[in-house]
Amino acid sequence: MRVHAQRAGALLGGLMFPAWSMADWTLNMTPGVTGTSNDIFSLHMTILWICVVIGVVVFGVMFWSIFAHRKSQGAKPANFHENTLVEILWTIIPFAILVVMAIPATATLVDMYDTSESEVDIKVTGYQWKWQYEYINEDFGYFSNLSTPRDQIENRQAKGENYLLEVDNPLVIPVGKKVRFLLTANDVIHSWWVPDFGVKKDAIPGFINETWTRVDKPGIYRGQCTELCGKDHGFMPVVVEAVPEEEYNAWVAEKKEAAERERQLTQKDWTMAELMERGEKAYQTACAACHQPNGQGAPPAFPSLVGTQVVTEDMAAHIDIVVNGVSGSAMQAFGNQLSEVDLAAVITYERNAWGNNTGEMVTPKEIFDYKNQQ
Amino acid sequence: MSAVADTHAQDHHHGPAKGISRWLLTTNHKDIGSMYLIFSFTMFLLGGAMAMVIRAELFQPGLQIVQPEFFNQMTTMHGLIMVFGAVMPAFVGLANWMLPLMIGAPDMALPRMNNWSFWLLPCAFLILVSTLFMEGGAPNFGWTFYAPLSTTYGPPSTTFFIFAVHIMGVSSIMGAINVIATILNMRAPGMTLMKMPLFVWTWLITAFLLIAVMPVLAGVVTMMLMDINFGTSFFDASGGGDPVLFQHVFWFFGHPEVYIMILPAFGAVSHIIPAFSRKPLFGYASMVYAVGAIALLSFVVWAHHMFTVGIPIVGQLFFMYATMLIAVPTGVKVFNWVATMFRGSLTFEAPMLFSVAFVILFTIGGFSGLMLAIAPADFQYHDTYFVVAHFHYVLVPGAIFGIFASAYFWLPKWTGHMYDETLAKTHFWLSFVGMNLAFFPMHFLGLAGMPRRIPDYALQFADFNMVSSVGAFMFGATQLLFLFIVVKCIRGGKEAPAKPWDGAEGLEWTVPSPAPYHTFATPPVVK
Ligand code: HEM
Ligand SMILES: [Cu+2]
Repeated sequence: MRVHAQRAGALLGGLMFPAWSMADWTLNMTPGVTGTSNDIFSLHMTILWICVVIGVVVFGVMFWSIFAHRKSQGAKPANFHENTLVEILWTIIPFAILVVMAIPATATLVDMYDTSESEVDIKVTGYQWKWQYEYINEDFGYFSNLSTPRDQIENRQAKGENYLLEVDNPLVIPVGKKVRFLLTANDVIHSWWVPDFGVKKDAIPGFINETWTRVDKPGIYRGQCTELCGKDHGFMPVVVEAVPEEEYNAWVAEKKEAAERERQLTQKDWTMAELMERGEKAYQTACAACHQPNGQGAPPAFPSLVGTQVVTEDMAAHIDIVVNGVSGSAMQAFGNQLSEVDLAAVITYERNAWGNNTGEMVTPKEIFDYKNQQ
Repeated sequence: MSAVADTHAQDHHHGPAKGISRWLLTTNHKDIGSMYLIFSFTMFLLGGAMAMVIRAELFQPGLQIVQPEFFNQMTTMHGLIMVFGAVMPAFVGLANWMLPLMIGAPDMALPRMNNWSFWLLPCAFLILVSTLFMEGGAPNFGWTFYAPLSTTYGPPSTTFFIFAVHIMGVSSIMGAINVIATILNMRAPGMTLMKMPLFVWTWLITAFLLIAVMPVLAGVVTMMLMDINFGTSFFDASGGGDPVLFQHVFWFFGHPEVYIMILPAFGAVSHIIPAFSRKPLFGYASMVYAVGAIALLSFVVWAHHMFTVGIPIVGQLFFMYATMLIAVPTGVKVFNWVATMFRGSLTFEAPMLFSVAFVILFTIGGFSGLMLAIAPADFQYHDTYFVVAHFHYVLVPGAIFGIFASAYFWLPKWTGHMYDETLAKTHFWLSFVGMNLAFFPMHFLGLAGMPRRIPDYALQFADFNMVSSVGAFMFGATQLLFLFIVVKCIRGGKEAPAKPWDGAEGLEWTVPSPAPYHTFATPPVVK
């Protein structure tokens, strides 16, 4: 009951005062749900309390002086200075405190670095501005994009509960198993962070970083990219769903099947209308962030696609750019990111949308052959 | 013969030249000092205006005022302008004004180079600021400009940014050489190294840091320049390069750089606190050694900015221990200031207020620094608002309050007038409240999980962001009051005696106020 009432209240408030209703006054770090995050939390609290105690002593002496030793109170200045014993003490004592602090910190760090004996391996690749998750041992993978509607971001619609922290396809992991993440990036440096796991690691092009987690409590955990990665850095959240093992296995089986179905779609005969419909969807998720939903782009960084030579005439160049990208620019090679069907659809869409009306169509088979020739 | 007579005549020409050429051609340390300070304050207002844009956008969730592209340009330019345009030139200005007066020298050792190193700065910043109007916009990759975001993916204006950084670097290096040459060669007879005022000591060490690391910065931007324009792949993984190399080189510059921005403030505060406590600094020698230790350690802690990059665990441990160690000499300094106040006879004029706030708030920044040094915990703090809170606590009440304290302390010497104490205290209290309101909540935001450098945020961060923005507007507006106070003080006010602060010590108080255009033509003797 309470929960429902709260939800209703939040919803109502959300419509009227988007900023205030969901807001809270959280002060501290989350202890999280993993061993690592708990260890970090206790390190954090220990060092915080050490600072508080030192602060109380130092500021205590200072405020006492401010209070009692002011000239207006008739204080006469003493003239003492230099005292070797005091100076040695206030060097040695902080040093000793630090040594004591370094011991648990070292232990936690060693544990965080131990990525051995994992049971599930997932490759995480950062893209501008989305995450790709590949289940290495299971032979499937997918992209995870922000799912908050543009209308909420631009204040035309009330903001939802998980504003900016929601995605179309979350990462799914089994509870109780050691999951190893292999992180890399396709363009610039990103950083993959889930506060509740105590896991943050940079995803760097040309490098493979490793980290791991073991989550015992099923649930949905949210985080964000934490390395400035360009325009939409603030719009590439991380969402992880930890589910019981049976559920996980069922999900994996389904995903594998879907991947297989997708491969078969390549062989199907596609009509123009089907390609356009699918192409529009693919365009909105993969291309619109830079080239804009209306194809106008944001020159000079992101060129317009309306009426240009490549998009309306040179079909070969068009396919080449979409599949292989333009090295040295923000245009990625989508050949490995999108399926043949989506590549064909998106190219078809671009050649016929926004008044480009070339009437030309590319089929998944053609893309498949093109890729094989390379 | 007549040429000789001419130069001779000039030697005895005591006033400044007239008109614009006084400022363009001057080699007088006081004129150059004033120009540095004016330039720095101008940049402070410009960088501050950008901060206001940032805070206005972050006032509420959702995109209201600017688009993400422009938001990123604002954060980048704000950082660059504040670091290289406001804080560093302010300290060079103070050095120009005060070092010769403090060591009893007639001027800086290399006056023509001094002129040149100042005039490079407006050129550099003209270039940097003009990028805002270029196609593709200004740099948008953060003041830390990590590759490949700043190389392969940077806007076309990046090359101008690189050029500007080069010019700033040349200016800083020339300034640093000048400081070292002045301090080592031109001290009054009897002023041994261990009798030098602390501001002189901290600047000497700062100058060595500058000479050590500015070339490294020049190196890293040159590598970027090559990657962007000449087809090399230093930082481009697809060409066999290494994006992480960028961060190592940058932070090898970057960490000493943060100390470059604080050590001179340490020095100034070490004069002001004894002056208004009417009691000698508790431990002069240990203060000098502490600064030396901080400077040396600052070269071996750079990777604490890179704990999440994936460096091997041995490296991780080394940098964690070294960073924790740097807290020890930092602590020594704080303990010394407090021990100096203890059983003094305190008064709280504006310089003292800013200095006391400096000690308290800088210490809070030191505490969060210590927390960030704990590598495992840094995995949660890194690149969140907690880091933003940390470095604003060390830089705003650290560097900036140190500069305000110095300005109020020495304004009577510079202008010959006392500033308006009531207004100055108002400036202090508004700055103090505004600053804490702006930056303290950022600790909570970071701990609750808000990443830095984002133009929009999830709803649970809304309240503290609003508080923070209100504080920032308050702090920003207050700085116009400072401008008013200084202008008022230049134009008039109570006549300042040679030594307006009864507890102050040092050669600068032996010359009249305002300090004549030429001072210490014959060196004083220090016993
Ligand atoms: C007790 C002394 C200090 C310690 C132990 C310390 C430690 C650290 C650590 C570990 C970080 C990296 C945090 C992260 O990115 O996750 C950091 C960031 C930073 N610190 Fe400190 N710090 C100290 C004092 C200072 C001082 C005196 C300054 C400058 C006046 C300073 C300026 C900065 C800046 C500017 C950054 C952020 C740079 C960036 O990423 O943009 N720190 N500090
Ligand atoms: Cu550092």
